[in-house]
Amino acid sequence: MTPPPAPGSSLWMPKPALQTLIDRLRADGYDVLGPRMADGAITLAPLRSVDELPRGVRDEQQPGRYRLTLADDGGYFDHVVGPHSLKPLVFPPRTTVLQVLRVRNGWEFRTPDPPRPKQAVLGVRACDLHALAIQDRVFLGGAYRDPEYAARREGLFLIAVNCARSAATCFCVSMNTGPAVTGGADLILTELANGFVVGVGSARGASYVGGMGERPPTAEEEAAAAAIPQRAAAQQTRRINTATVHDTLLNNLEHPRWAEVAKRCLSCANCTMVCPTCFCSTVNEVNDLLGTQTQRERVWESCFNEEHSHTASGAVHPTTKSRYRQWLTHKLATWIDQFGTSGCVGCGRCITWCPVGIDITEEVAAMEGGRA
Amino acid sequence: MHPQKPRLAVFKFASCDGCQLSLLDCEDELLTVAEQVEIAYFLEAGPADSSGYYDVGLVEGSISTPHDAERIRAIRAQCRYLVTIGACATAGGIQALRNWGDVEEFAQHVYARPEYVRTLATSTPIADHVKVDFELRGCPVNKHQLLELIAALVWGRTPRVPRQSVCVECKRRQVVCVAVAKGVACLGPVTQIGCEVICPQYDRECFGCFGPKEYPNLISLGRRYQRDGHDNGHLTRLVRSFNGYAPGFRTVEKVLAKNNHSSSPQPSE
Repeated sequence: MTPPPAPGSSLWMPKPALQTLIDRLRADGYDVLGPRMADGAITLAPLRSVDELPRGVRDEQQPGRYRLTLADDGGYFDHVVGPHSLKPLVFPPRTTVLQVLRVRNGWEFRTPDPPRPKQAVLGVRACDLHALAIQDRVFLGGAYRDPEYAARREGLFLIAVNCARSAATCFCVSMNTGPAVTGGADLILTELANGFVVGVGSARGASYVGGMGERPPTAEEEAAAAAIPQRAAAQQTRRINTATVHDTLLNNLEHPRWAEVAKRCLSCANCTMVCPTCFCSTVNEVNDLLGTQTQRERVWESCFNEEHSHTASGAVHPTTKSRYRQWLTHKLATWIDQFGTSGCVGCGRCITWCPVGIDITEEVAAMEGGRA
Repeated sequence: MHPQKPRLAVFKFASCDGCQLSLLDCEDELLTVAEQVEIAYFLEAGPADSSGYYDVGLVEGSISTPHDAERIRAIRAQCRYLVTIGACATAGGIQALRNWGDVEEFAQHVYARPEYVRTLATSTPIADHVKVDFELRGCPVNKHQLLELIAALVWGRTPRVPRQSVCVECKRRQVVCVAVAKGVACLGPVTQIGCEVICPQYDRECFGCFGPKEYPNLISLGRRYQRDGHDNGHLTRLVRSFNGYAPGFRTVEKVLAKNNHSSSPQPSE
């Protein structure tokens, strides 16, 4: 038996090996999730067979618009990011963080053990890996670690894919988060016509390759694989100037553009919900009619909802204008002050999934003075 | 627990009874409800103690007759807390379509002897007639919100009923947006959460059953749908259903017409 490939090395593997990889992960108790076509989108869903992958399906994305097109031939990963990110896998939309039971002499408090699912995700993109790294800082960095996030994060096996194209809404190049995967995954695939070039990202990833018809990639295959994300990068038209955005936003808190965007903004919270880094939640105490049981439930919340900033004297952000400004300045400026990185990875989901197509890059450009 | 259980009454005005049924539909919890509150007046379920004071009156239905306009005042006087339940009571209901029509003409078409019918020209929410302490939206109301309301009453706290958009719940459930992915005119972004997103989960648009969310931006959403080729007639009918007369939705026709003539900034391409 040959020793497993070292992290950092790369291999070529034939396309049918992808099924073997899925089978091995499933045999080890992983729930394998991957891109699947459902409800008119590429969703992240349980995956058993490579036949379930959206082969030849491309996503056309524009502000407020998402459509799929089907080709007769094509690769398994011709699409880019859909509505779903890794976020719900590590930060579930709804979870119980505390249970309180009435007992004879008072109350008993129980912290439920966090679930420890083993989840393997196929087809993760560079932007979403960067988003996960940002979430790691939020949920695991500093003095307070989120136990559920930690448990779920530990069980995550990530098979990344280098993007072969960009959607019109992508701007990861300017955020320096893609499209080439530079780390953070167990395995990194680049899809070629005749197979995959596989980058080994971790020792755990290495343990799943071998014996599937692999061989060292040829120089031509290496060059072809390297060219693929470069081609995707060249397709991007949107960008944010990361060198200036922090000061631009914070020096323009009274810019007329905030009031203008507030006229278009629905304050519906879609941007924050699809954002792979937005982490806000609220906790609700849910008690039964008898008053014998109370559960503290944590649910996804958004700075676009009035209740989010509710205090005894009212909402801190009572208007759409102040909520949009809070979101954008936090995402692109004060996030840097708080966590040392931007809160944006350029995935473009907030642009695509905004029902009225508000474009974060255009709003920043307007603040820059380019377009008002 | 309580020296005296809170006395609950359920009253019906112009409505289909669906919201009251939501209370009876609390099958597993119904016995507990009956233990925790005294169901004093609830004709559909049996009790009819009309002797007087109630701690909370749940009111279903809208005001559509002169008689009901009087009756709601008497009921208000009997209830410590008056809570409206459902789209009819909170917004006038589907029958508020008459508010844009000619009731006399409708009556001529429907009734053999319209002169026997005594009705108002409008169907209006309860809050247009008396002070309302709390409202539960929906067509029908959500059973869990109803139980939350009763639990809050029993335990003396404010009921928790979120007012954000339907989109929030769609996204929590990872439902693909029908407006963005299918180009369907969906009312989710302007509608209050509470329905557990039944329609989008079945690939249908939101019909606004829970009425306007906090700050519904009908102007911007309407402009987007108009730009996508949805005509004003379709959009007006979509908004003017169960909650068409709700303050946030009432002006839809004017909003759309104004959008057509407006020079205000267009959403970006």
